[in-house]
Amino acid sequence: MNYDRILIRYGEMTTKGKNRNIFVRRLKNNIARKLQAFERIQIEYMRDRMYILLNGEPHEPIIEKLKTVFGIHSFSLAMKCENDLDAIKETALAAVRQLPYKGKTFKVSARRVDKQFPYRSDELNYEVGAHILRQTDGLRVNVREPDIDVRIEVRQDGTYVTCRDIFGAGGLPVGTSGKAMLMLSGGIDSPVAGYLAMKRGLEIEAVHFFSPPFTSERAKQKVIDLVRKLTTYGGRIKLHIVPFTEVQQAIYQGVPNEYSLISTRRAMLRITDALRRRQRALAIVTGESLGQVASQTLESMYVINEVTNTPILRPLVSMDKLEIIELAKQIGTHDISILPYEDCCTIFTPRAPKTKPKKEKVFHYESQLDLAPLLEKAVNDTETLVIDEETGQGDEFAELF
Amino acid sequence: MIYLDNSATTKPFPEVIDSFVAVATNYFANPSSLHGLGMKAERLLAQAREQIAAMLRVKPNEIVFTSGGTEANNFAIKGVAWQYQRRGRHIITTKIEHPSVAEPCRQLEELGFEVTYLPVDREGRVSVEQVERALRDDTILVSVMHVNNEVGTVQPIEEIGALLSRYPKTLFHVDRVQGISKVPLDLKQAGVDLCTISAHKFHGLRGAGLLYVREGVRLAPLIAGGGQERQLRSGTENVAAIVAMAKALRLALERYERDIGRLQALKDEWLEALLAIPDIEINTPRDGAAPHIINFSLKRGVKPEVFVHELEKSGIYVSTTSACSSKKKAPSKTLLAMGLGEDRAERGIRISLSFDNSREEIAPAVAAIKQAIKTLSEVTE
Repeated sequence: MNYDRILIRYGEMTTKGKNRNIFVRRLKNNIARKLQAFERIQIEYMRDRMYILLNGEPHEPIIEKLKTVFGIHSFSLAMKCENDLDAIKETALAAVRQLPYKGKTFKVSARRVDKQFPYRSDELNYEVGAHILRQTDGLRVNVREPDIDVRIEVRQDGTYVTCRDIFGAGGLPVGTSGKAMLMLSGGIDSPVAGYLAMKRGLEIEAVHFFSPPFTSERAKQKVIDLVRKLTTYGGRIKLHIVPFTEVQQAIYQGVPNEYSLISTRRAMLRITDALRRRQRALAIVTGESLGQVASQTLESMYVINEVTNTPILRPLVSMDKLEIIELAKQIGTHDISILPYEDCCTIFTPRAPKTKPKKEKVFHYESQLDLAPLLEKAVNDTETLVIDEETGQGDEFAELF
Repeated sequence: MIYLDNSATTKPFPEVIDSFVAVATNYFANPSSLHGLGMKAERLLAQAREQIAAMLRVKPNEIVFTSGGTEANNFAIKGVAWQYQRRGRHIITTKIEHPSVAEPCRQLEELGFEVTYLPVDREGRVSVEQVERALRDDTILVSVMHVNNEVGTVQPIEEIGALLSRYPKTLFHVDRVQGISKVPLDLKQAGVDLCTISAHKFHGLRGAGLLYVREGVRLAPLIAGGGQERQLRSGTENVAAIVAMAKALRLALERYERDIGRLQALKDEWLEALLAIPDIEINTPRDGAAPHIINFSLKRGVKPEVFVHELEKSGIYVSTTSACSSKKKAPSKTLLAMGLGEDRAERGIRISLSFDNSREEIAPAVAAIKQAIKTLSEVTE
């Protein structure tokens, strides 16, 4: 007897009252897309839980994939049987036998949701526990802190046996909180910000500023790779690549050195906001973390943010650099981020950027430039790539592998 | 032609050659070059690394490309020795390792390292208890091959890995050159820290191989220079052969899924046919051996080198067990270690199969083997 299903427990969405169905359906769709390679599985969902019926598909790779789906609190391998004491005993025993149980302790925790079932929970605990104990070697009972908790749920539609809980990614299903634009530089922070935004249920589209020939194709490829990594958590993601060279040069030539960084940031935010309007998103996500660099002092943020009243979400604002790096390693973006290619944030960097810029001065310098047409051109010439989790690198190399 | 020397080298898959030619022709640039063509070569390398890592179920940054199995084995052993010599200077390996493990160990002995060469049982298998008994406070490395190249015995890698998980200061290297695509092994689950793989044993091209280096393990580089492969292995990468290796591995693993039952059955048929020949003795153990290697010893009076050449006349290619024994009379190290006696160890012959061999080859090959034994016996008697 093998595990025939995976039981999925919802995360925070269980608090969503009337809207819960929207969340559950979205989660179901996200899971279905994630598992589309496993053709035989079926997904059954109800208000408080979801089942993936394996129908012979292997559970290990499916478990690995489920770990990256937001909106799942935890999940367990499960077996289903009829509401019959002997069947329950055998099923529970089979479930334990599939685990490395030698030398471990266990207990049985039965729940009788179907009150028609003739055995009470404690009777079930005793009967099933005794059966497992008799039929195995090297397994002992410990009702306080067992290594293996054999849970039995007798429901109207059948009895479910689970004994291994795996934590999910938590959060809310991607897409249930609306859409936002992620400003993605290629550094360590912004991919983590994107990850956290998706964890709160946001769908994201990434915006990257590309300044050839000052930044290379490798830098662009790096961002594509980062987005591809993020698709692990959010399915398909659009990446907008903004040609930014002319804007950057104009600012560099027209704005005094110590203010050029602030102006560049303002220009990026304006362009991102224009793309946001075009793509019908409602917020902008950045990897800014308070005080990390000159453009991330509160004074700088104030002056930069002045160009728009669109909500700017800064998931990293309170995090330490080391925490961010740790998370980047966990989600697999760190190793890509640290590749040493120039990006648009590192070229034309002033030697001594203002950490406390004056709003009036920025207005004054920018009024002397005619940036608007350049910004508009950048928006119009933006190239959009759709990056999908399943389609990897471009087809150019496909036949070579 | 009946090619039965696949443990020496396999015939490259045609698709693999196509890939090699296409990459060498179209993406010949140096992957370290800044320009676009260099970047394409670099992307190919990155993609090969990702694909191989996924197939081995490890991380891309745990793969170091080398020129092949010998370099990877040398790198694992000497790399650990140089890096961790202050931690200890004791290494444990077995008496039946490939020369690319045995020789570096011997070199290290000359430099003051101590090496314990573990014996094997009658079936050519090292025991976990012996590894445990040999372990000391200053043991920095245990190196055990996965599948023996001469007789095919599968070593208890998972068990040794489980044992070593209790010895965090001792690293575990596995030479998996003969095992990959024939005998499954999950590196992470088995607790392997370093693992050697070579492309030309699974229908890739020679000149490409890799060492798996578990994240967290540090190795002193053997080849210093431009800092390729994260400073671990300098030298302009052989992109074409590496891409070809990725493709070969994919195809070989697909063949495993599809054909492993057939290969196992083929080996059983071979064994049955060979057992029916009165003048030979089978050395490969019945249980716990890889599905592609059969070793037997010829009757007294038939020299294995001469036998190989005699079979060659019929277009049949096999090996003596020890590649370097053609000139000097060197008994097989493995057969000796198995306690089969010097005499039997001097007359070993290896048949090694691939997924491309068929049962139709057995009858003519066995007939030729019988004939060769007969002919050579007459000459020498």
